[in-house]
Amino acid sequence: MPDLTTNCAGITSPNPFWLASAPPANSGAQVMRAFDTGWGGAVWKTLGQPIQNVSSRFGGLHYRGTRAIGFNNIELITDRPLEVNFKEIYEVKKRFPKHAVVVSLMVETEQEWHDIIKRSVDAGADGLELNFGCPHGMCERGMGSAVGQEPTVNERITAWAVKYSSVPVLVKLTPNVSDIVPHGLAAQRGGAAGVSLINTIKSIIGVDIDRLVPEPRVSGASTNGGYCGAAVKPIALHMVAALARDPMFNLPISGIGGIANWRDAVEFIALGSSSVQVCTEVMLRGYRIVEDMIEGLEGYMRDKGFERLDQLVGRAVPAFSEWGDLDLNYETVAKIDADKCIGCHLCVVACDDGAHQCIHNDPNGSFVPVVDESECVGCNLCQIVCPVPGCITMAEVDNGFAPATWNEHLYEDAVLRPKKGAH
Amino acid sequence: MATKLPENRAESVFADYKPAYQTPQALAEANRCLYCQDAPCIGACPTGINIPEFIRKIATGNLRGSARTIFDSNILGMSCARVCPVEVLCVGDCVYNRMDQPPIQIGKLQRYATDLAFESGWQFYEAGPDSGKKVALIGAGPASLACAHRLRRFGHACTIFEKRDVIGGLNAFGVAPYKMKADRAIEEAEWVLGIGGIEVKTGIEVGVDVSFSQLERDYDAVFVGIGLGPDRHLGVPGEELEGVYGAVDFIEAIKLEPASFEGVRRAVVVGGGNTAVDCVREAIGLGLGEVTMVYRGTEAKMSGYAHEWKAAKIDGARAIWRRHPIAYEGDGGRVTGVRVAVLDDDKQPIPGREELIGADLVLVAVGQSRLLDLLKLDGVRMDSRRILTDADGATGRPGVFAGGDLANGAKEVVNAVAEGRDAAVAIHAYLTEA
Ligand SMILES: Cc1cc2nc3c(=O)[nH]c(=O)nc-3n(C[C@H](O)[C@H](O)[C@H](O)COP(=O)(O)OP(=O)(O)OC[C@H]3O[C@@H](n4cnc5c(N)ncnc54)[C@H](O)[C@@H]3O)c2cc1C
Ligand SMILES: Cc1cc2nc3c(=O)[nH]c(=O)nc-3n(C[C@H](O)[C@H](O)[C@H](O)COP(=O)(O)O)c2cc1C
Ligand code: SF4
Repeated sequence: MPDLTTNCAGITSPNPFWLASAPPANSGAQVMRAFDTGWGGAVWKTLGQPIQNVSSRFGGLHYRGTRAIGFNNIELITDRPLEVNFKEIYEVKKRFPKHAVVVSLMVETEQEWHDIIKRSVDAGADGLELNFGCPHGMCERGMGSAVGQEPTVNERITAWAVKYSSVPVLVKLTPNVSDIVPHGLAAQRGGAAGVSLINTIKSIIGVDIDRLVPEPRVSGASTNGGYCGAAVKPIALHMVAALARDPMFNLPISGIGGIANWRDAVEFIALGSSSVQVCTEVMLRGYRIVEDMIEGLEGYMRDKGFERLDQLVGRAVPAFSEWGDLDLNYETVAKIDADKCIGCHLCVVACDDGAHQCIHNDPNGSFVPVVDESECVGCNLCQIVCPVPGCITMAEVDNGFAPATWNEHLYEDAVLRPKKGAH
Repeated sequence: MATKLPENRAESVFADYKPAYQTPQALAEANRCLYCQDAPCIGACPTGINIPEFIRKIATGNLRGSARTIFDSNILGMSCARVCPVEVLCVGDCVYNRMDQPPIQIGKLQRYATDLAFESGWQFYEAGPDSGKKVALIGAGPASLACAHRLRRFGHACTIFEKRDVIGGLNAFGVAPYKMKADRAIEEAEWVLGIGGIEVKTGIEVGVDVSFSQLERDYDAVFVGIGLGPDRHLGVPGEELEGVYGAVDFIEAIKLEPASFEGVRRAVVVGGGNTAVDCVREAIGLGLGEVTMVYRGTEAKMSGYAHEWKAAKIDGARAIWRRHPIAYEGDGGRVTGVRVAVLDDDKQPIPGREELIGADLVLVAVGQSRLLDLLKLDGVRMDSRRILTDADGATGRPGVFAGGDLANGAKEVVNAVAEGRDAAVAIHAYLTEA
C-alpha cells in the first residue's frame, strides 16, 4: 500500500488531508471526531479576539439542480473564548500525538502576536497558520486580507510570528490579489516555513430579487462574503501552480480551495501541494468524505506506481508553462463517435454560435452531425458540451510540421503551420 | 469441486430483466445520490451495506473502494445486487420516494461496482492467522458461504458439507434466471472460497453420509445452513401424472440442465407466492404457450411481491383467482388439466362449483417442506417453521449455530448472508472464550 505520510513545511500527519481553518475545525470535539474518521490534520478555526457573528452567514450557488457548487460566508474568526480553544487544542494533541494540529491566528499588534503564539505553542500546536486571507469583516478592522494584500505588511508580521514561534509558520494567502507570487515571496522573506492557499474570494453569492437584497441576508442588508467550494478550484489550482513554478519561490504549499474528493486532491498535489485542506465539502457532506479521499488517493498512487506521497508532489508543475512556450503546430480535430451520438446537436449549436461553424447536420439525413475537419480549429467546445462521455474526442492530426512555439517563431524563425478557421 | 454446468441449460434463453448499467448511466445515477447521513436505505438492507458511501465512491471513480465497501458488509454483494427485491428493501426506502422522485437504483449501482470487481479479479480479504479451531458448516448456500468467509477472516478452519454437487444453494439453483444465472452464482461462491482454507465436501448429506454427532465430535463448532426441504404438494389425486412438478424442482432443473418442453402449450402454476410468480415468468420466458397462475386468494392479498406480479403481467401472465386444485386429470399417464374448486371470500369451496383448467404442465408452488429433523437434538428449539436462534444464530445447544432459510423461516439471500456473517462473529466469540 502506498505511504501517505505527509510532511508539509515540517508539519507531519498520517495523510495529506487536513481540515481547513473554518467551522469544521471549530472545537476539540469536532476535530477529534474528524481524526477518528480519518482526517490527518486540522487547521483550527482562526483564533484572535473572539468576535460576534451575524445571522445568517452562508450562501449557496445552486446551478441547474446541483446544490452549492459554490458557497460563500460572512462569518468572522472564532467566537469562542481563547482559553477554551487552547484547552481543547491541548486535549486533541494529547489524544492524537501523530496528527497535525495547526493553529490559525489573526491579531493586530506585535504584542498580541507574541502572546497568542506563545499560548498556541504551549497548548501543543504543531504549526501556526497566519490568516492573512479573510476578505470580509476582519479586513475592515485592518486584519485578514488587508494584511495579505500588502506584501510589506505581510512580510513584517510573518517575521514577528517566526521570531516568536518555535513551530513551523504557514502564511495563509488571500486570492484577492492580481498576482499571487509577490505575496508568496513576501511570506518567504518574512521567514515562513510554508504557505497555504487559497482563502476565500471576495464575492456576492446572489441577490434575493423579491426583496432586492443581496444574500446572505442579515435583516435588510448583506455584505460581500468569501467565496469557496467546488467552483473556486480552478482559481486555487492556478494560484498554487503559479507559486510552485516560480523559480524564486521555494516554500512548501498547503493547497486549499474547492477540494471535494480524491481527484481534486491529486490535482492540487500534482501542482505542488504537500498537504491539502478542505472546508466546504466537509461543511456540505461531513467528515465521512475522507474515507474515499484516502482510499482513492491510495488507489491512484498504486495504479500509477507512486510509493510515497512526496513522489507525486509537484509532478504536473513542469507541464504548466507560459503560453509562448506552447506548441502552435500541435493540431487536433473533433471526432464524433457515431455509435455513441444521441443526436442532441448541442455540439452543432455550440460550434455554430460559439466557435467556428464547422459541425454540420449530416447531409445523408442521419442524426449524427459531421465535423468538417478542414475547418475544425480543435477548440474543445463541442467536446465540453457533449453530454455523452467519450462520444466526442479530440484526435491528434499529423500535419507534417515540426513543433514550434510562439517564442521560437519570434526569436528563432520557427515555421508555423497555416492558421485554420481564420477567414 | 468446481462443477461445470452444461452450456445449453434451459435457463440460457433468458436475458437480464434489469440490464447492467454502462459507465455513463452509473455515473449519472451515482451523482444523483444525496449521500444521506444515517440513510434509510442502509437500515433497509439486512446486511447494512454503507450504500451512500459505495455510491459516492462510484461517483469519484474509486471503484475498487466502492466494491470493498459493499463486500465489507455483504460478501455475496454481487448476486444480491441482482437478486435482492430492492423495491421492498433499500430502493423502497430511498428518501427520494418521500419527495415523489425516482429512487436511486441501488441494485444496479451495486451490480456495476461488484461486476467490475469480478472482471478485474480484485481480492479484498485475507484469512486471519490460524486459530487452530475447526468449524463444520452444513449446506453450501448463502448462509454457510457468508459464515465461512467471516470465520476465515478470524482464522478458523472451515469445512462445508453439501449434499448436492453444486455449491451456492438456492442462489445457484433457485433464483430466477432473468435475475441471475446459475454459473454466475457458482463463480461467486468460488470467489468467496478464494480466501482459502475452506474445504468443500460436495455430495455429502449430513444425517445420511455422516452423522450430526460425528461433526460435533470432530469440530469445535457447527453452523447449520441447510435451508428448506423439497416442494410441498397438495395431496390431491393425480400428483403422480407426468407433467406435474414441484416448482422448486422444476426451477432447479431449468437452471442446471437442458430441458425440452415440446408439446407443452398450456402451463398452470399453482400458488400465489414469490416462487409461483417466478415460475410464471420463467414458464413464459421458456415459451410455454399460455401460462396461468391459479391461486386460492385474490390479487390484492397474494403473498408474492406486487412489483414482481406486475412484471409477470407485462410478460403476459394471466391468473385465475379463488381457485383451488382438487385433482389433476390426465390421459395416458400425462396431465391434461387441473380440476379446481371455486372458493368464496373465506377461501371455502362454493358447493357445486368446480372447473377444469386445461394444462399439459402443472407447477406446484405451495411452499417448501422443512428440514428440522436433523436438529431434533437436546437444547435446540424449533417451531413448525424454523429453528429458533438468538439474534446471533446460537441455537441453545452449545457450539451449534444456525442461519438462513432454516432459521428465519424462508426470506431472501441477503438475510441468509447477514445471518451467516453474524453467526460467524458469535462462533468466533464462542471459540475464543476462555
Ligand atoms: C424459487 C426461489 C426463488 C428465489 N428467488 C430469490 C430472489 O430472487 N432473491 C432472493 O434474495 N432470494 C430468493 N430466494 C430465496 C433464497 O434463495 C434463499 O433465501 C437463500 O438461498 C437461503 O440461503 P440458505 O443458505 O439459508 O439456504 P439454501 O440456499 O437453500 O442452501 C442450503 C444448502 O444446503 C444443502 N443441504 C440441505 N440439507 C443438507 C444436508 N443434510 N447436508 C448437506 N447439505 C444440505 C442444500 O443442498 C443447499 O445447497 C428464492 C428462493 C426460491 C425457492
Ligand atoms: C464558513 C467559513 C468560515 C471560514 N473561516 C475561516 C477562518 O476562520 N480562517 C481561515 O483562515 N479561513 C476560513 N475560511 C476559509 C477556508 O479555510 C478555506 O480557505 C476556503 O473555504 C476554501 O476552501 P474550500 O473551497 O474547501 O471551502 C472559512 C470558510 C468558510 C466557508
Ligand atoms: S445548520 Fe444548524 S446552526 Fe445552521 S441554521 Fe441549520 S440548524 Fe441552525
